[in-house]
Amino acid sequence: MGDEVEVRVHGMWASTYSKRVELALKIKGIPYEYVEEDLMNKSQALLEYNPIHKKVPVLVHNGKPIVESLVILEYIDEVWPDHAPRLLPRDPVDRARVRFWSGFLQNQLLESVLKLVMSSGEEQEKALDELHEKMTIMEQEMGDIIPKDISSIQSKSLGLLDIQVICTLGAYKAHEQVLGVKILDPHKHSLIYAWVNAMMDLPMIKEITPPHDNVVNFIQMIFKINPSA
Amino acid sequence: MANNNEVILLDFWPSSFGMRVRIALHEKGVEFEYRDEDLRNKSELLVKMNPIHKKIPVLVHNNKPVCESSIIVQYIDEVWSDKSPLLPSDPYQRAHARFWADFIDKKTYDGTKKIWTSKGEDQVVAKKEFIEHLKVLEEQLGDKPYFGGDTFGYVDVSLIPFYSWFYILETEGNFKIEESNTKIIEWAKRCMQRESVAKTLPDQKKLYEFVQEYKKKLGVE
Repeated sequence: MGDEVEVRVHGMWASTYSKRVELALKIKGIPYEYVEEDLMNKSQALLEYNPIHKKVPVLVHNGKPIVESLVILEYIDEVWPDHAPRLLPRDPVDRARVRFWSGFLQNQLLESVLKLVMSSGEEQEKALDELHEKMTIMEQEMGDIIPKDISSIQSKSLGLLDIQVICTLGAYKAHEQVLGVKILDPHKHSLIYAWVNAMMDLPMIKEITPPHDNVVNFIQMIFKINPSA
Repeated sequence: MANNNEVILLDFWPSSFGMRVRIALHEKGVEFEYRDEDLRNKSELLVKMNPIHKKIPVLVHNNKPVCESSIIVQYIDEVWSDKSPLLPSDPYQRAHARFWADFIDKKTYDGTKKIWTSKGEDQVVAKKEFIEHLKVLEEQLGDKPYFGGDTFGYVDVSLIPFYSWFYILETEGNFKIEESNTKIIEWAKRCMQRESVAKTLPDQKKLYEFVQEYKKKLGVE
């Protein structure tokens, strides 16, 4: 298998970082070949393409590797500027805001989700409160960025922040089932709830979302959680 | 007074992250108002402009905030694009630069902090890891004058502020970085010849005294 294929993604089905890249390519209508990596037995290609971190995802474009999901997404946006939609807005202030919230979702929010999954009892309650606080901050401060008219949401208009939200919160139902807690409550965080669910309902997103049970099993396995009775 | 290009930087002089922004602004020849924050008594403007993290640096451009040093530097590069480009124009090269800036972000601050806040075996490990980290960066630099090639750029801006901490690391850790990482020192001295860097990086001994005061307050010996 040579590099005649123009675009290839090395990923892993349960990795949300890997999904970000696939989503970006699908949204922009860029065809690609997908290589599923066994993270317990990484391919020689992966190790050569990403010698520093040895992680997925890797985008290989015309034989050249690009790594780190957010770096890849900006690359995709810059290399295929004529493939609508633009993942990042044109105005520098808006771009800075998107980058800021993208970082917040990837770092702060994900950190709280991880704490939640890895803790129990009182610690877990604290972690859940922390996660909810962050979602409240998002609703308060992201204001105009969160779509109000969810009927207008379509795959052709998704951007970087939408991708980040799908990949950070899209699997919330699976997490709720595993942990027996309410992560996304329509009464507490109506804007985020509506946003996430509107996007998860899009045919393109449904196509790329792994089956619910697979995700449940994966979370239980990776965090060694015993299935609740 | 019309505010058609008002630039205010909320910062704290020892911050390596703040230094990145100061260097970028100087490279572009942007006039700005520098405001040093008392981090134990943050200004109303800082809290208003960065309500989420309440951290410096924050660039306030025509009353609109931009937060997070790497994001601010990219913003500066995009807005003042007519002079001294910091990121290359080719998308692959840009991705390369962003990767290395991200790598520097992930490891350098924690790596340096570990050295001056630890003792004994922990410090030995911290020093070893930091030297390895610098070796990876040196490999990336190769024989080029700057990380970006012939011109001073985004990755150089991301890393050079940490050079001002080398005296502290060497004193606290009792080692000489130049012995194991000659290339980085050469690169750093080359960067220091640039006006933007020379006027931004604080005197290494002044920074050392600041850290001693700070450690006393923390109760760390």
